[in-house]
Amino acid sequence: MIRKSFLSLLILGLSSAAKAEWALNMPEGVTDLSAETYDLHMMVFWWCVAIGIAVFGVMIVSLVKHRKSKGVKPATFTHSMTAEVVWTAIPVVILMLMAVPAAETMVKLEDSRDPDISIVVTAYQWKWHYSYQDEGIAFYSSLARPSIEARRKQSGVDPHTVDNYLLDVDRPLVVPLGAKVRLLLTSNDVVHSWWVPELAIKKDAVPGIVNETWFNAREVGTYRGQCAELCGKDHGYMPIVVEVVERDAYLAWVDTRKASTTQVAGAK
Amino acid sequence: MTTAVADAHEGHDEHGPAKGIGRWLFSTNHKDIGTMYLIFSLTMFFVGGAMAMVIRSELASPGLQFVHPEFFNSMTTMHALIMVFGAVMPAFVGLANWMIPLMIGAPDMALPRMNNWSFWILPVAFGILLSTLLMPGGAPASGWTMYPPLVLQTGDAFPFLIFSVHLMGISSIMGAINVIVTIINMRAPEMSLLKMPMFVWTWLITAYLLIAVMPVLAGAVTMLLTDQFFGTSFFLAAGGGDPVMFQHIFWFFGHPEVYIMILPAFGVVSEIIPTFSRKPLFGHDSMVYAASSIAFLSFIVWAHHMFTVGMPLTGQMFFMFATMLIAVPTGVKVFNWVATMWRGAMTFETPMLFSLAFVFLFTIGGFSGLMLAIAPADIQYHDTYFVVAHFHYVLVPGSVFAIMAGAYYWLPKWTGHMYNEKLGKLHFWSSTIFVNITFFPMHFLGLAGMPRRIPDYSTQFTDFNTIASIGAIGFGLSQLIFVWVILSAWKGSKASDRVWEGSHGLEWTLPSPTPYHTWETPPKARIANEAFE
Repeated sequence: MIRKSFLSLLILGLSSAAKAEWALNMPEGVTDLSAETYDLHMMVFWWCVAIGIAVFGVMIVSLVKHRKSKGVKPATFTHSMTAEVVWTAIPVVILMLMAVPAAETMVKLEDSRDPDISIVVTAYQWKWHYSYQDEGIAFYSSLARPSIEARRKQSGVDPHTVDNYLLDVDRPLVVPLGAKVRLLLTSNDVVHSWWVPELAIKKDAVPGIVNETWFNAREVGTYRGQCAELCGKDHGYMPIVVEVVERDAYLAWVDTRKASTTQVAGAK
Repeated sequence: MTTAVADAHEGHDEHGPAKGIGRWLFSTNHKDIGTMYLIFSLTMFFVGGAMAMVIRSELASPGLQFVHPEFFNSMTTMHALIMVFGAVMPAFVGLANWMIPLMIGAPDMALPRMNNWSFWILPVAFGILLSTLLMPGGAPASGWTMYPPLVLQTGDAFPFLIFSVHLMGISSIMGAINVIVTIINMRAPEMSLLKMPMFVWTWLITAYLLIAVMPVLAGAVTMLLTDQFFGTSFFLAAGGGDPVMFQHIFWFFGHPEVYIMILPAFGVVSEIIPTFSRKPLFGHDSMVYAASSIAFLSFIVWAHHMFTVGMPLTGQMFFMFATMLIAVPTGVKVFNWVATMWRGAMTFETPMLFSLAFVFLFTIGGFSGLMLAIAPADIQYHDTYFVVAHFHYVLVPGSVFAIMAGAYYWLPKWTGHMYNEKLGKLHFWSSTIFVNITFFPMHFLGLAGMPRRIPDYSTQFTDFNTIASIGAIGFGLSQLIFVWVILSAWKGSKASDRVWEGSHGLEWTLPSPTPYHTWETPPKARIANEAFE
């Protein structure tokens, strides 16, 4: 019993979810594609580790053994066609092994057909606007008040006392569990970018262009992200919060939002 | 004949340098101009470094302590512009000016007066750029990438930014023309292209890249200028333009630009490792082909900086595959350097230490580059500290370490004295340890979700940021050792002509310090052959 809980504690400790302060790795996320993205990332990473061990290993052996101080006489070879062919061909093969799964994931990422919900996301300097197309609700989403007060230069407030400092908003984006959510992104002014790491999607919001991306969250929870394209002085102060809730809770939320909805000026 | 020559030389005193400030302002001597480029670049390195210290001081802990967000954005913007265009590029041009004529047996660069202007434009350009810090609206704060529409929100500094970028570009283009004409036309008779040292080869390739892409940058920033002041709408959606088009044009310049900053570094390291391994460079011809492949490929990968911009799937696939391909010739170069070391008889003087650290740490930067090439994974890395970690690894323990390696390697040739080896090693170890403390944690920050270009961050990013800031202070202070080494170089023992036991190449057949004028007659065939590997 004690062994089991110790073991599970150890595994928990080693996972990326624990000890957020010292997080070493990206999250696996809560969508099918976020898991595929994570797997691709780890695959390339391990390939790099393997190649690094091989190359640095040879280097270190050489640095230790092939020293003038050890009385070594330098060899005189200058080239080898075989070596060049081998160490060109092997990397090409390795790259092809990486490219195939990467291409497969890319195709899936771009497939935003047949969504359950469509939301128009408009980026502003320095907040987001969300407009649910079918539900007829819309609202601005800005940095939450506690963060606004703490963020000022020499505010006197310790950021560690603010919950989700710089990652909290007044009105989050709420979506139902298991629904394919399509986002249509644009901007009212400069280029911004919408990013939530646990959904593994990031897409630029460009004025004059409508970009498209989608996600389907498999776990209830609150997922936080930030603007990911320099957009002016408050680029670091326009976070994104997505709340994935059960279907009933989502419908109830839509009703409360219908009571107080703000549209983008000139929009339907 | 004698009379005419005597008249022409009447004002000269044995072909020594002129006296006073005129020597420097009006110099057409590749050594003096090289020296000016190097001193300028070292100064700019400290200016850009001071800006990095402002950045890292603010980021040392969460909350905003020292600067306003607008000024922070100016710091990140100016830090990059100064380091890229004021420190790294001029340093390599300085090394090119000093060493290319010496290495190919030429008396000077092909176009010595244009050489003078190539240098003197730079202090003017950077004077203008730095003066924007004092202007209403502050210095440019849109990132060195200058994306519209944001860059059009720059205040009074805007036209000065554009003007200074134009000036820097003109300097680079003229320098590149000079390098190509010199290398093609002024090599010693026995020196065929494939017999040239690697430093000369990499600079030849770099010069072609510069001529190809600096005009593209000029076009891009001119379009920004006309959008701002002359009613055009190249990048303004309201007028029918496309902000993304700027990104394509900028990165068509921008990607070859990063290879412009690394290819000469490859050249320097390819000179140093064979010397201190006492063994010829492995696969010399293969190294030339690899460098050429990298240069060619660098033109067709630009949109890997734009994977989140909304590109069609086919476009993303193409740029992903092409970017991954660059790993092949780059890997070939790393393998060839290791094969050069293998079964050599190595000693570890400061130039070799910096070159070895280059191979290790640039390769790490290359690994993160390969990860970034994988487009679906890049969705998570783009615009995060993972990218910041990547490019600082390839630029700092990459380009900058190679520049320092070259400086230590050739300093005895330039000054005629051995620099203080103990201090050089101290500079090396201090720099290497602190550069890793500064930039390695940034990989973790990016993966954990910290975006770029933010002055303040959520508290879970605190610890690695604090570590990075401590590393930055250490790295910055370490560079003062470098300045001391250079300033005290003249106190060291006299350097021989060969300087380093295993060195090969025409420059090592000349006296140390090199006379003001060298190779006034091209080197004899016998000497030339002796010097080649």
